[in-house]
Amino acid sequence: MRKYYLFFKLRFAAGIQYRMAAVTALTTQMVWGLMECLAYKAIAESSGNMPMDYSAVVSYIWLKEALLALFNTWAADNDIFGMILNGDISYELCRPLSVYSMWFSRTAGGRISEALLRCIPVLACAFLMPYPYKMGLPVSAGAFLLFLLTAVLGLGVTIAFCMLVYILCFFTISPQGWRMALTGAVDFLSGNIIPLPFFPDKYLRIAQLLPFAYMQNIPFRIYCGDLAAAAIPSAIAGQVFWFAALTLAGLLLWKKAEKRVVVQGG
Amino acid sequence: MITMENVCKSYKVAKRDAGFRAACKALVHREYEAVHALNNVSFTVRDGEMVGYIGPNGAGKSSTIKILSGILTPDSGTCVIDGRVPWKNRTEHVRQIGVVFGQRSQLWWDIPVIDSFELIKEIYSISTPQYNNKLEELTQLLQLQEILKTPTRQLSLGQRMRCEVAASLLHEPRLLFLDEPTIGLDAVSKLAVRDFIKKLNEEHKTTVILTTHDMQDIEAIANRVILIGRGQILLDGTLDELRRAAVSDGNGNTDEPLDLDHVMACLYRNLNIL
Repeated sequence: MRKYYLFFKLRFAAGIQYRMAAVTALTTQMVWGLMECLAYKAIAESSGNMPMDYSAVVSYIWLKEALLALFNTWAADNDIFGMILNGDISYELCRPLSVYSMWFSRTAGGRISEALLRCIPVLACAFLMPYPYKMGLPVSAGAFLLFLLTAVLGLGVTIAFCMLVYILCFFTISPQGWRMALTGAVDFLSGNIIPLPFFPDKYLRIAQLLPFAYMQNIPFRIYCGDLAAAAIPSAIAGQVFWFAALTLAGLLLWKKAEKRVVVQGG
Repeated sequence: MITMENVCKSYKVAKRDAGFRAACKALVHREYEAVHALNNVSFTVRDGEMVGYIGPNGAGKSSTIKILSGILTPDSGTCVIDGRVPWKNRTEHVRQIGVVFGQRSQLWWDIPVIDSFELIKEIYSISTPQYNNKLEELTQLLQLQEILKTPTRQLSLGQRMRCEVAASLLHEPRLLFLDEPTIGLDAVSKLAVRDFIKKLNEEHKTTVILTTHDMQDIEAIANRVILIGRGQILLDGTLDELRRAAVSDGNGNTDEPLDLDHVMACLYRNLNIL
């Protein structure tokens, strides 16, 4: 366990080195977040009834921008794709450790370090925004604790999914195909583009059958009070289920991939 | 003790003619060709031996190293290293071996070398006193004092390679596989790496298998040479035996003093493995 913690720590240390990236991210995220706030304002004013409170939507947007690095599926660890592509995976296979756990902890370290660097300035700015674009506090202390718990579980589901994408790359020459196809759809289905409650009923029901609804959708909606208290236990159960299922699928697929590794050249 | 018996490995390679039409055709129907990288390779290496593994480009050298280190699973044949089958007991196996792939890197790109070393310490569960001793020894022998605190990305190739070699030896492996460890190094770094490997073998009786295209590496390090070509082992002996084989099969101009590279070129040509 200590070994895997060290992977986490090292990736964390590497992650917090990129200060400039954090500064530029702040600008991007603030501009993007504000744009979204304005767009939903327009929707709220023209239609009158939104599936979420406007203030809840604003909090959702700022959380999404602040914690982008935790939950986005398109920014998987490029070093890992690099290793698979250029063959440095050779060295990973020469370690007396499970490659799956190694990459899992490494991805977690990368995501958390990046998120910590970015979320503080973004959240600070979001709380200082003028009304109605101001980020709200969590609806209750209990909701905040549940938010933390489901955020950790959501991160687990997200990473377990990313692991599948890494491993699928062993079966094709270039990872681009998988990444484009999967992450585009996932971005949408996880509520990263528009919050899931905005989906038409029929599509919402389908989305809720997929693991992607158990990533950021749950913690963010608990934070802003959009998810009814009665729905929270089943949401957490869903997260646990999908985390276990995706991890198991990843481990099984890895067993298959390991046998067919071909490190080309030199 | 390493025993390899009748190991075969082939790769499937997609081939097509040049040009747009052929590319479109390949989109629908792909033609594969099996390339036999290793064809009935057998050899034994005793403990404490230093073996140079040579052959022209594409002969199967790296494939062998990858099988020995458990990365690649052969199609058929057996390979037993100290009683373990590398690709079956991968995790136990790799604990006992050190590998340097000259063309790849195991150091984390953006952080100081010493941090990568600390991670390796944890990965192999090396105790702190043992780690400190080994690190000091390696630092001295490979002259790493100046570069340990530098991020990998800012090291020159020679500096990085010295760190790579050190990284592969922190856990005191009994076997060391070196795949082109001196590629792209300047004279000073080359000599440092060579001397180091010799010393390692003398002091710790580490078994070393080394692939290279630099015949001076072989001359300096190996007391036994295995020549592979087109996936088959063609010669197995000392460097002198190799030299004799090159000259005797040649066109009779024996008195011409040949340097090692010419010996090899001659040999490759005679054996028709280019």
